[in-house]
Amino acid sequence: MERNLLVAGFGGQGVMLLGKLLSNCACENTDKNVTFFPSYGAEQRGGTANCYVVISDDMIGAPVSDSMEDLIVMNEPSLRRFLGKLKPGGNLFVNSSIVHGSIEREDIHVVEVPVTEMALEMGNAKVLNLIMLGVYVGYTQILPPELLLETIEKKLGKKAQLIPLNKEAFRKGLEIGEKTRKQE
Amino acid sequence: MKRVFMKGCEAIAEAAIRSGCRFFAGYPITPQNEIPEYLARRMPEVGGNFVQGESEVASVNMVYGAAQTGTRAMTSSSSCGISLKSEGISFMASARIPMVYVNVSRGGPGIGSIQPSQQDYFQATKASGNGGFRMMVFAPATVQEAVDMTYAAFDYAQRDRNPVLILTDGVVGTMMEPVVLPPMRSEEEVRKLKEAHHKWAFVGHREDEERALILPGGWSGQEERCIRNAELYESWEKDIQVEEYLIEDAQVVITAFGISGRVSKSAVNLMRKEGYKVGLIRPKTVSPFPYDSFERLDYSRVKAILDVEMSIPAQLVYDVKLGVKDRALIATCLRSGGELITREAVIQAAKALF
Repeated sequence: MERNLLVAGFGGQGVMLLGKLLSNCACENTDKNVTFFPSYGAEQRGGTANCYVVISDDMIGAPVSDSMEDLIVMNEPSLRRFLGKLKPGGNLFVNSSIVHGSIEREDIHVVEVPVTEMALEMGNAKVLNLIMLGVYVGYTQILPPELLLETIEKKLGKKAQLIPLNKEAFRKGLEIGEKTRKQE
Repeated sequence: MKRVFMKGCEAIAEAAIRSGCRFFAGYPITPQNEIPEYLARRMPEVGGNFVQGESEVASVNMVYGAAQTGTRAMTSSSSCGISLKSEGISFMASARIPMVYVNVSRGGPGIGSIQPSQQDYFQATKASGNGGFRMMVFAPATVQEAVDMTYAAFDYAQRDRNPVLILTDGVVGTMMEPVVLPPMRSEEEVRKLKEAHHKWAFVGHREDEERALILPGGWSGQEERCIRNAELYESWEKDIQVEEYLIEDAQVVITAFGISGRVSKSAVNLMRKEGYKVGLIRPKTVSPFPYDSFERLDYSRVKAILDVEMSIPAQLVYDVKLGVKDRALIATCLRSGGELITREAVIQAAKALF
């Protein structure tokens, strides 16, 4: 089985880190094939940024796909640009704090979480990506959450003082993701 | 063996270090900047030298200088930057200096685009500079292959005293993938590899030793030099690397290298599930080229060849034609200028041939 995820948002929202944590965790804890492919170009804080993560039992062809099972959009332009690429039956994760446009598709699952507001409430606007990662993992159950927490600890090791906050952010998202899954 | 999650460019850089590379000079250009960035940090850790030159021309000539001492040396760039290095490469091929360089190619011609592309095929395989010299050219399709090929490239360069090129692209260079890294050569091993060049290298020979003379050409004897080089190029037949995938019963054979090769392979997997008899020939060395793989196909069964490349017009297709010799229809599936080839496009093009 092959699973494609696209994470898209503004530069500075931690879109790349979200994708890297997930793909790193899959690399280190499973024997699946996994790729991470960042968009590159003249990106900067406030510009657009996106990355693709593919996790698969078979060999992975392109690390970039024209259609995907999962889509995370952190801002409005990303929703408009990529919504059409989500497969029927796919999962859409929306940062509902700043994405207000209506989602004109009936054939997908939509999980809306105000991650920007939640991050601000936690006292650090930057952890919105970790909240969203938690939502994604909780909803899709793509990897065991404990392994993600290990990866977070390992990868953010240089900023040790921020690890507890990031873990808390992940757990908050995870709870919402798991709850939403159960309700469906 | 533990696998680590690494970006293509960084994995290439680490593989070079592990193979014994102790000198790197380069100049920034997207999408290969992670190679010099990584080596700027890593090279001093192993006692090597990293230089960011003032230009591509300067850095390739620094590599020319370092490699003349027998030190394993490397440079890297992307497409238009590689063009600027071509004079130095040609000089090294003429003087028969071992070195490795990497082209993380992008859209062209000219300054082109910074997105991935495969438009440097002719430049890489046919004319990387003036004078009709040749090199072994490796075309990795995965980060693992990029690592293994880079590690081996230094050994081929040493064996042949000739430049070796790793021809990759912005996808393999910028993507992250699990890799198993090759073993780190010890300082002792690296020293011995360097000493093996003692006879010809620019190291300061004693009075009782034969004098080494390194010339990129000369007043006389250039034809003999060309003849000797041609003999070397002929000897590479044994070094050809190719992946032949599900071709035994294939009616349509896709051919592609590098990133297009892996996209095509996953297209083959999907089509096979639908019952299509399709296979793949993926050259891993694009020079020397695996003409034999096309020679050996049973053309009473193979109806058509589909050439897949990220280059418009197509380039690889000329080598394919030399192998196929009009025995089957050859169709193409192409993107260019930094646009990526998709599995869906390959499948559509391949199905049209049944």
